[in-house]
Amino acid sequence: MSSPVLFAEGLRKRFGGYYALDGFDLSVPAGTVCGLLGPNGAGKTTVLRILSTLMRPDGGRATVNGFDVARQAAEVRNHIGMIGQQSTVDDILTGRENLALWGRLYHLSAANARRRADELLEQFGLTAAGSKQVKHYSGGMRRRLDLASSFITAPSVMFLDEPTAGLDPRNRIEMWSAVRALALGGTTVLLTTQLLDEADQLADQIVLMDGGREIASGTPDELKARTGGDWIDVTVRNIAEIPAAAGVMARTAGGRLQTTPAENRVSAAVTNRQHALTDVTRALHAAGIDAEDVTLRRATLDEVFLLLTGQDLEGEEAS
Amino acid sequence: MNGFVEALADGAVVAKRNLIKVKRVPDLIVFATLSPIMFVLLFAYVFGSAIEIPGMNYREFLMAGIFAQTVVFGATITGTGLAEDMQKGIIDRFRSLPMARSAVLIGRTTSDLLNNVIVIVVMSVTGLIVGWRIHSSFLEALAGFGVMLLFAYAISWGMAVVGLAVRSPEVVNNASFIVIFPLTFIANTFVGTTNLPGPLKAFAEWNPISAVTQAARELFGNTSPGFPAPDVWPLRHPVLASVLWSLVILAVFIPLAIRQYRKAVSR
Repeated sequence: MSSPVLFAEGLRKRFGGYYALDGFDLSVPAGTVCGLLGPNGAGKTTVLRILSTLMRPDGGRATVNGFDVARQAAEVRNHIGMIGQQSTVDDILTGRENLALWGRLYHLSAANARRRADELLEQFGLTAAGSKQVKHYSGGMRRRLDLASSFITAPSVMFLDEPTAGLDPRNRIEMWSAVRALALGGTTVLLTTQLLDEADQLADQIVLMDGGREIASGTPDELKARTGGDWIDVTVRNIAEIPAAAGVMARTAGGRLQTTPAENRVSAAVTNRQHALTDVTRALHAAGIDAEDVTLRRATLDEVFLLLTGQDLEGEEAS
Repeated sequence: MNGFVEALADGAVVAKRNLIKVKRVPDLIVFATLSPIMFVLLFAYVFGSAIEIPGMNYREFLMAGIFAQTVVFGATITGTGLAEDMQKGIIDRFRSLPMARSAVLIGRTTSDLLNNVIVIVVMSVTGLIVGWRIHSSFLEALAGFGVMLLFAYAISWGMAVVGLAVRSPEVVNNASFIVIFPLTFIANTFVGTTNLPGPLKAFAEWNPISAVTQAARELFGNTSPGFPAPDVWPLRHPVLASVLWSLVILAVFIPLAIRQYRKAVSR
């Protein structure tokens, strides 16, 4: 097996009194997408900053393409591209000018920088907008331009810090396909996200983080199998029917059970996605329970957390 | 050596980025040039009617002072510009590039220097209209502008350290105003220093801005035998003193700014 493109072992980083990273390990093979998933403050961005040489770890070590991020930072910078949480393209410049400028900073000649700018506009679907000032771009176009500006030298590794934060669903999907295209082209991608759905859509491997540590990792399917990927919500008309509904769902849905009496709701993790909805509806009907609403949905990040850590995202003990 | 050339080339690209922004947002140019015009007119007509300098017209005395004050304030945009780039995460992006550590700082300070050149040209034209004249040679006059711009460039590097250290551009604005406003007033910029009370007088005489102002005055030929410079070393050798001050400030703040840049991480 070839050695991983991204590798970290026992990374620690301290800010003032607390550890933002407290013994973090990572191993990402070439050409794959790894998603760091977790709430604010989990340490996702710190991992990205250390691997992209912006920050030095206080302990542990990390390599990119075999180069040590602390001792061979200059080498590492030749192999990486990154986009931060905020857009770094200039509003006042056009898309093409932005790309040409970044091209010059990667030491392309003026002519090559212009040619590369046109190629990148094409690759990221921005050719039509290339001569417009970026202030007229949509959020998604701007993010894709960010991505393009980090991809000038076609680096083998891309770091994306919450690449779709603040985008509407349509723009988010556009951005996802741009990231997928990078990975198909052989680029190794490490991204952070707070959205389970995003990690699910993009990542070959998800690392779930909390408190500066990994709390679970695996493919999206593996992770979902451990945490109950889908849930059924049943809302009953009368609060008195909750225990009966819970009993029915425990038998039919097969997974963990959660009740929210304040909203007349019973939720159950689903083991068999295909039949769950009809099975539960039928069983409720047979038991004479009058359900106001029955819906099948993805587990939320909160629920995954609850299951794995016994705490919800605000850090309160689950009952 | 190769690294140095590369840093200059990268710096030129960063400088170009900053200059295009100035060109695309004409408001910046308008206000950058209007305020110096306003200052020249205000001081020339308001103070000029009240202050007398023996043996010469106050407006001739004033111009070097107002130039010095304006270019020093002009240098503070290095700090606000860098603080803004930090806030927007642009510095993070720059730092992840395979380029020289000093390039962003060289580019920033250079484009701010060019801004100051434009401002000085505008002020000079305004000055000529209200009656300021250069009584020396062309080369001496150029040297006068050079001394002021060199000093402003040095201040730019100081402001870079501030800009990279604080959390927001507003802080740079407020902090630099508190320091630079008194620095440019407790000096020989607008009045003679002889009548100032004791401690202020000493401060004004050793204030680098006084040396810079005096140097420019002498190089422009805006001095009068009836109003000699005070008998302190920096004001008796103002050109040398100005250049020394500038070099010392550069020697201290260039390494500090580069160190700060290396550590800087946006929040």
